Amino acid sequence: MAASFTFYVLAALILLFGVAVVTAKNTVHSVLYLIGDFLAVALLYASMNSLFVAAIQVLVYAGGIVVLYLFVVMLVNLKRPPEEHQDPNRRGTLGGLMVAAVMGELVVIATYNVVRPAPAANAPTPVGFVEPLAMALYADYLIPFEVASMLLLVAMVGAIILARREL
Amino acid sequence: MVSPTHYMLLSATLFMIGVFGVLTRRNIIIIFMSIELILNAVNINLMAFSLQWQNSIGQVFTLFVIAVAAAEAAVGLGIILAFYRNKETINIDEMNVMRW
Amino acid sequence: MIDAVVIPILKILIVLNAVLVAVTFMVLLERKVIAWVQVRLGPMRVGPYGVLQPIADVVKLMTKEDITPVKADRWVFTLAPLIALIPALVIFAVIPFGPVVSLFGRQVSLYITDLNVGLLYIVSVASIGVYGIILAGWSSNSKYPLLASLRASAQLISYEVAVTMGLVSMIVTAGTLSMVGIIQAQYNQGVWYAFIQPVAFFIYFVGGLAETNRAPFDMPEAEQELTGGFHTEYSGMRFALFFLAEYANMIVVSTVATTLFMGGWLRPFPNVAALSFLDFVPAWIWFLLKTFVFLYVFLWVRATLPRYRYDQLMRLGWKVLIPLGIANVVVTGALKVLL
Repeated sequence: MAASFTFYVLAALILLFGVAVVTAKNTVHSVLYLIGDFLAVALLYASMNSLFVAAIQVLVYAGGIVVLYLFVVMLVNLKRPPEEHQDPNRRGTLGGLMVAAVMGELVVIATYNVVRPAPAANAPTPVGFVEPLAMALYADYLIPFEVASMLLLVAMVGAIILARREL
Repeated sequence: MVSPTHYMLLSATLFMIGVFGVLTRRNIIIIFMSIELILNAVNINLMAFSLQWQNSIGQVFTLFVIAVAAAEAAVGLGIILAFYRNKETINIDEMNVMRW
Repeated sequence: MIDAVVIPILKILIVLNAVLVAVTFMVLLERKVIAWVQVRLGPMRVGPYGVLQPIADVVKLMTKEDITPVKADRWVFTLAPLIALIPALVIFAVIPFGPVVSLFGRQVSLYITDLNVGLLYIVSVASIGVYGIILAGWSSNSKYPLLASLRASAQLISYEVAVTMGLVSMIVTAGTLSMVGIIQAQYNQGVWYAFIQPVAFFIYFVGGLAETNRAPFDMPEAEQELTGGFHTEYSGMRFALFFLAEYANMIVVSTVATTLFMGGWLRPFPNVAALSFLDFVPAWIWFLLKTFVFLYVFLWVRATLPRYRYDQLMRLGWKVLIPLGIANVVVTGALKVLL
C-alpha cells in the first residue's frame, strides 16, 4: 500500500515536471523543471532500494549535467525567444498526434501479458547493495567500463576544443 | 503492489513526453533536455527490470547510460556554444548549412 | 511506533533547531574572532560582551523590508534562497553526532539515519546547493549578481571534482561509504584518518573552503569587486536565508571533516587504554569539540589570508588540487592492494 502510494506520487511528479520541461516558455524555467524531474527520478530509484544509483543520478544528472545546461543558457543570453516566429500550434497538434499514436502502441505492448520464466543463466544477486553492483561493474563489465571512461575522456577533450574561442 | 507494468507505463509516458519535446520545440537547448528525459525513461525501465529479476546488471547499464548522457551533454553544449558564436541563434531551423 | 516515528521526528527537530541556533551564534563568533585578530573589541552593545547580538541581528533581518526588484524573475528569485538552504540542512540526516546510547531505558542512536551510501549522499545533495547561487544571480536581472553567479558556478563545479577525489581515497581507505562505518573503521585501525590520509585531508579542507565560498575563495560574494556578489539584490529575510545557507554549509563541512578525518565521536587515541579516563566526556561532546575546532579554523583562515584572484583560484583547483587528488586515489588504491 505504502509502496504503491509512493510510486504514484513520484510518477505524477516525474510526468508533471516532464511536461513542464517541454512546454515552459522560459528556458531557465525549463532547466529548473528538469532538475525537479531528475530529483523525482532519483527518489523513484531510492524507493526501488537502489540508493547507489539514486545518489549517482543526483550527483551526475542534477548536480553536474544540469549545471552545464544552466551555464550555456546563461551564456546564450537570448534577445528574442526562438519560438517567436514559429507557428507552434500546428506543429503541436501534429506532434501530439504522432506521440499519441506511438504512446498507444507502447501501452498495448506494456500491458500485453506474456508470462516468461526468469532468465536462468544469471544467478539472482541482491539489488540495492553497493558490493554486487561493484562486482558486476568491475568484473563482468570491465571492458565496457573502460570504454565508457575513454568516451568520457574523448568527450571532455572535444568539448574543450569546441568551446574554445578560436578554432 | 507496483508491478513492472507500472514502471513500463511510466517510462513509456516519460519517453513520449521527451519525443514530443524533440518534435515540437525549436530551441535546441530544450531539445537537448528532452533527450535527457528520454534517457531517463530508458533508465527507469532498466532499473525496474533490475528490481524485477533481482539482478544488478540493469543498474550497471543505468550507470553506463548516465555516463553517455554526461558525454553527450558536454559535447552537444560545446557545439551549441560554437554555433551560437557564429550565427547568434540557437533556433534549430536556422541550423541548415554545412559550413559558413 | 515510538521507535519508528516519534524518535526520528524528535531527532530531526532537535538537529534542525540546533543548527539554526548554532548558525546565529557562528555569526557572532565570526565577528568576535575577526575583531580579536585585528585587535578590536567586536560587538559589545547587546548584552554582556555582545553575546545577545545574534538575537538583535535576527530581529533586524526579520523586520526589514523584503524587496523584489521590478525586473526580477519573481518565482526564481523567491525560490533561489530556499534551494541554497535546503540541501545544507538535508545533509545533517546522515551526520553521526554520537554512537548508540541508552536514554530513558531506550536504545537511541545519536544520528538520524545511517545510509549504506552515506558519503555519496552527502556529495550528491551538496551538489544541488550550487543552483541556489546560480539562480539567485540570474533571477536578479542585474549585472553584478550575474557575474558573481557565473564565477560561482565555475568555482563550485571545479572544486567539487577535487573534493570528490579526496573523498574517493577516503572510501578506499575505510572500505565503506557509511558514515558510522567510517568511524568504526577508524576505531578498528586505532588511528584518525587525518594521519594516514594527510593529502586527502588537505584537499578536502581547501575544497571545503571553496565550496562554502569562504575566504580566501569568497569570489562569488567579493564585496569590493561585486558589491555583495550574487545576493546584491536580496534584502530582509531572503538575504538572511543565504547567510543561513553559507553558515550551515560551514557546519556541514566541519562535521564531515570531523567524521572522516578526526575520528568522529571517538576520543583522542581511541586504542590507548591508559587514556580511557577520557571516556568520562560523552562521545557527542568530543564530536562537537572537534567540529568547533574546524569552525574556528574557518574564521582564522578568513582573518589571515587575502582573497585569491580568479585565475589563481582556477589554477589552484584544476592544476594543483585535481591532479593531486587523482594521484592520491591511485597511490591509495595501490597501497590498499599491496599491503
